[in-house]
Amino acid sequence: MNLILDIAWTHVRARVRQTGFAVAGVATGVGFSIMMASLMQGSQDDFTQRLVNTLPNITVTDERRTPPRQPAETQYASAAIHGLTPEARRRGIKNPLATMAALEAWLPGAVGPSVKVQAIIRYANHDVATSVIGIDPWREAKVSDLPKQMRGPTLNALYRATNAIVIGDRLSEKIGARIGANITLQTSEGARLSAQVVGFFHSGVRQIDESTAYVLTKTGQILSKQTGLINELRVRLREPLNSREIAARIENDTGYKSVSWQEANEDLISTFIIRNIIMYTVVGAILLVASFGTYNIISTITHEKARDIAIMKSLGLSEYTVRSIFVIEALIIGLVGALAGFVLGYLLCLALGSIEIKNPFLDSDRLPLAYSYLHYLLAGMVALVSSVTAGYQPARKAARMHPVEIIRGAT
Amino acid sequence: MNAMATQAAQPRGGEIAMPLIEARNVTRILPGIVPTTLVHDIDLAIRDNEFVAITGPSGSGKSSLLYLLGLLDLPTAGEVLIRGRATAHMDEEERAFTRLSLLGFVFQFHFLLPEFTVLDNVMLPMRALGALSAEAMRGRARDLLGSLGLGDHMSKRPDQLSGGQRQRVAVARALANEPPIILADEPTGSLDSKASEQVFEVLRELVVKYGKTVVAVTHDLGLASRMNRHIELLDGRVVADEQHRSRAGARPAGV
Repeated sequence: MNLILDIAWTHVRARVRQTGFAVAGVATGVGFSIMMASLMQGSQDDFTQRLVNTLPNITVTDERRTPPRQPAETQYASAAIHGLTPEARRRGIKNPLATMAALEAWLPGAVGPSVKVQAIIRYANHDVATSVIGIDPWREAKVSDLPKQMRGPTLNALYRATNAIVIGDRLSEKIGARIGANITLQTSEGARLSAQVVGFFHSGVRQIDESTAYVLTKTGQILSKQTGLINELRVRLREPLNSREIAARIENDTGYKSVSWQEANEDLISTFIIRNIIMYTVVGAILLVASFGTYNIISTITHEKARDIAIMKSLGLSEYTVRSIFVIEALIIGLVGALAGFVLGYLLCLALGSIEIKNPFLDSDRLPLAYSYLHYLLAGMVALVSSVTAGYQPARKAARMHPVEIIRGAT
Repeated sequence: MNAMATQAAQPRGGEIAMPLIEARNVTRILPGIVPTTLVHDIDLAIRDNEFVAITGPSGSGKSSLLYLLGLLDLPTAGEVLIRGRATAHMDEEERAFTRLSLLGFVFQFHFLLPEFTVLDNVMLPMRALGALSAEAMRGRARDLLGSLGLGDHMSKRPDQLSGGQRQRVAVARALANEPPIILADEPTGSLDSKASEQVFEVLRELVVKYGKTVVAVTHDLGLASRMNRHIELLDGRVVADEQHRSRAGARPAGV
């Protein structure tokens, strides 16, 4: 064995109890860091997954990012015209089928047409503002997980009745509607029709489950009072993470406002960033506290081993060699602590994953945990770096000891 | 003492050889509110195959001089030369390497690493130098310990040995890299008379049989009188420097 490693290992091994405490400190830090990271990542992934699955990855609407200007404004650029309202255009996506075909020609995924109408659902003295979306059940299966989210009857139940409607399970609880209930839909355009509840869905996102309903495209067009209207294209991609870039390209190609799921949930995603900053700060603090233990043990060893250091230096071992011995000792503590922490972290995750939790906000009765080697790698790296940093100062001090002073003191 | 035999005794021709260690106007002052002069303006040259005793009352600067000669301490003024090479401008790494390859230290207390076996302690300087294979290092350490009568104690730890045995292990360790110079600071100071005699005999053999140069600080004037050169210090200055050729069997300085 290498001399430095040999001496370092002997020092560490000779102090089982002290070294054990230092290792336990690092292991606890690493273990809990892994557990926290796993829980945070798990809940984030779970939520993101639900967002991605529930909503289309990209929604193309008939709106524009900036309101279209009146022809007078574009024709007479040198003149300032006050009091002009934006140009009013006929609602809906022009030539929706041709647009869909053009998009499907290049984008990696599927496109589905829909009609989105804001309406009030009235039932048993309840008035609830709802987004009513007119869909084609066959195409909807390609652009969202709605068919899988159905509770009880399938999405094809929409064909079974005139003006059939599928509502979110929370909405049904809110208004007390069951299957077969006849509810009234009233839109701001003045359309009013009676629809029969043929099914419920549960997406897992409270806001959607409380305020969304699905009807057939034709019913949606009746509600919007515009035959043939398609005011929303719903896009699902094979790689949802590419939504932002593809949405930008769609917007560029079509001129219609194209919103990726990331943009639609920007607030939530930014809270994830804050949450991650908090998590890594806490994890860093845990490991920092653990590194105090390493500092303590290395300081103790260098203090106890002052005579050995003096004799090693008098024999001709360089400052670098002496310093390396104690840095390696810190590294050994960090390494053993990190490995023990990996095991502890894994066991903590298993334990946490086995706890049954009844949470109205969660579909699963287990905590969502993400098992990623990156959590282990990160916690291990931080543990090693903090251990070595903690050990370096006493190691440097030890290496700079003047052997004569110690030898004189000893004799 | 096969391991030591590789460092053969130097030719004893009539020419004046270059000093092995030389102190030129060496002064060491400890800084402080009241600076303390440890050694003052010392000039001396120690040549191959000398057996030198440095004596003097407590506080006369014996050990300080030895540490300066062994590059463990730096002079405030003057310079120390090892084999004619000035050491004043050496950096810490270079001084450490010089100690490792040219100097061997024996202290009043053995200063063996307590967690290591006797064999491992002797191998330590060889491993630090890294010039030999593991097998060659082990072989040389065994030879050294065997020649010092410690062949049966190689796998023991220092606390399992007597004081004299530990000191002989320290001598073996000092000889591990076959340095031409052994510096000993009161090597018999903590031993009883029998063990002292054994250690002295080992040091004497190094000079007589194997041509090493041994510089030993001692309080024991009896032992000092049996060495071939006797330097006496008082208040950090050399007050006497005598040769006793016949006593130790080695040649007097410069002859």
